[in-house]
Amino acid sequence: MHDMFRLAEAPRPSCTAVEFPETYRRAYRWMLLARVAEEKIASLYRGGKITGGVFLGKGQEAISVATGMALRDGDIFAPLIRDQAGRLAFGESLLDFTLTYLGARSGPMRGRDGNVHRGRPKEGLLPMISHLGAMVSVVNGILMAHRFQKKENTVGAACLGEGATSTGAFHESLNQAAVEKLPLILVITNNQYAYSTPTHRQFACNDLIDKAIGYGVKGHSVDGTDLSACLEIIGGAVAAAREGEGPQLVIASNLRLAGHGEHDDAHYISQHFKELQLGRDCMEVAQNHMLAQKWADASMFDLWHRDSQSLVEEAVAHSLREPAPDPAKEDWCALASRHLLEGNPPQPTLHH
Amino acid sequence: MITYLEAIREAQRQALENDPRVYIYGQDVGAFGGAFKATKSLAQSFPGRVLDSPISEDAMVGSAIGAALQGMRPIVEMQFADFSTVGFNQIVNQAATMFWRTGLPCPITVRLPSGGTPGSGPFHSQNLEALYAHYPGLILMTPATVEDAYAMLLEAVAIDDPVIFCEHKYLYYHLKADTLPKEALPAGKARVARAGRDATVVTYSAMVHESLAAADELATEGWEIEVIDLRTIKPLDTDTVLASVARTGRILAVGEAWPWGGVTAEILARVAAEGFNLLDAPPMRINSKDTPVPYHPNLWGTHRPTARSIADSLRVLLRS
Repeated sequence: MHDMFRLAEAPRPSCTAVEFPETYRRAYRWMLLARVAEEKIASLYRGGKITGGVFLGKGQEAISVATGMALRDGDIFAPLIRDQAGRLAFGESLLDFTLTYLGARSGPMRGRDGNVHRGRPKEGLLPMISHLGAMVSVVNGILMAHRFQKKENTVGAACLGEGATSTGAFHESLNQAAVEKLPLILVITNNQYAYSTPTHRQFACNDLIDKAIGYGVKGHSVDGTDLSACLEIIGGAVAAAREGEGPQLVIASNLRLAGHGEHDDAHYISQHFKELQLGRDCMEVAQNHMLAQKWADASMFDLWHRDSQSLVEEAVAHSLREPAPDPAKEDWCALASRHLLEGNPPQPTLHH
Repeated sequence: MITYLEAIREAQRQALENDPRVYIYGQDVGAFGGAFKATKSLAQSFPGRVLDSPISEDAMVGSAIGAALQGMRPIVEMQFADFSTVGFNQIVNQAATMFWRTGLPCPITVRLPSGGTPGSGPFHSQNLEALYAHYPGLILMTPATVEDAYAMLLEAVAIDDPVIFCEHKYLYYHLKADTLPKEALPAGKARVARAGRDATVVTYSAMVHESLAAADELATEGWEIEVIDLRTIKPLDTDTVLASVARTGRILAVGEAWPWGGVTAEILARVAAEGFNLLDAPPMRINSKDTPVPYHPNLWGTHRPTARSIADSLRVLLRS
């Protein structure tokens, strides 16, 4: 990871009441950097500079950052598509975000995968595959390996949306984690829509938290627009898993404040959600809270915003200068065991 | 004497004994020893390393992938190859893409009890090697002998890539050998099971034995048939196949799987493309009929190639 693109403060403090304002400010700054970075990428997308999809975590920053901040070195994190804030808090470099979206071959996926499908598995940050629910059992397996290897006190967090709770993979994975009593924290963000699908076409249970009883795990509900609640409840769920209390299911409620992707105008989102508490923007809620508590003021918000913009501009400028992958120089080899590559080596191209 | 099934068990026992990274995960593999007893007594000998899984093929494979990323060498036992399709997504979209996407190898071994036995029916008989071979990033093994069942499974565990190990259920108890080998051909190398002169049969797994029986029958009519046992169908040893066709000029590819896009189609495509001038006759292939595998032994008996139908096809090939 590129240290120059981390914020000055180190992530992952333990959190006492005395330290809470500091934790809160730190969380807000990660959320702000994620929001500013994503706004920049969205703008580049509208300018035709991004190939493929752009997926924003707008409205989900509090949930995501609380998850990332609760994790420590040695833990495993499987973020999904709206977890830019959590990724930054976990320690992913902002450069990984810009290099991958801008298609530089020096990014972590080297052009072989793009946008949110990125990660550094050696560092515990798993790169998602597109099939929803598929990453959760991978986290389970790493936790099983930790057990074999006698690595103690580690946990694994996986993020999903409410739509993914309809998949077989979600079911199998949560059940597996419960049977094995793994220290898995599954953070489900119910943002009311899976692409265009509202929740009444997704599930029939009264509340997703009811599934916790069904799987034999502990459940936690949280207002996803309230950073304090997210830090406390998601932090608490991670701590419970770390204490050996088995899998923890978190259901965080909010509203998706962007399209499914930037190609989507989200016209189908019902405006009635905006009247509800879950329709609030967690950034505004956090700002108002810090002002009320006197943990920050308008000039600090302004300074932080400008810091974020400058970090993002630097990362984008650097990434735009990086070369794209060259098909003639690409190692077209899908096996680690080169001696088992089929028949003839890949055909040379006409370009030299 | 040691059976094909016992050879698989012995390979697993040695893998568990010699490599602390190995564990086995599947339904009923623990105290019960597995549906076919492939892991009999291993859970007792290696406590905590032979684990019963829930009926969750997606999570079984997904968790094996995670464990492999974290340095373990999991062996996943699918109870039948036919059920592996429930874990298909994890195999082809996660395990097979992991190294290419991330640079991190994914050393899992997935054992698929494959192939038909009398009465096993449509969902306990399938041969799915072509399905998985289609996806980049996987190794496909199809051992035909007791010796290869042993040696190739040990190699599968040692290989850093995901290996789909297609063991044939009909061979489990029917095939026996005197001893287990100390050395073996490596993965990717085919074996000349029977040297010949007049035609080449290229095949794998249980069909090797049917083909050898057909070759014996043809020998009484004065024909010498060469039989190639592919052993690994991906990577497929095209060199050995072409060298044989260079000698004989005629090829019959035999597979127990279905015709469309099967291993036999791949063999013929390669021979036609790379060895066209070696051929004295159009290349032929014989597979199972293009229907689900039937239950009733009368129907099953003619659904797949047999020594008799292979011999008949060879007579046509030799005359053309």
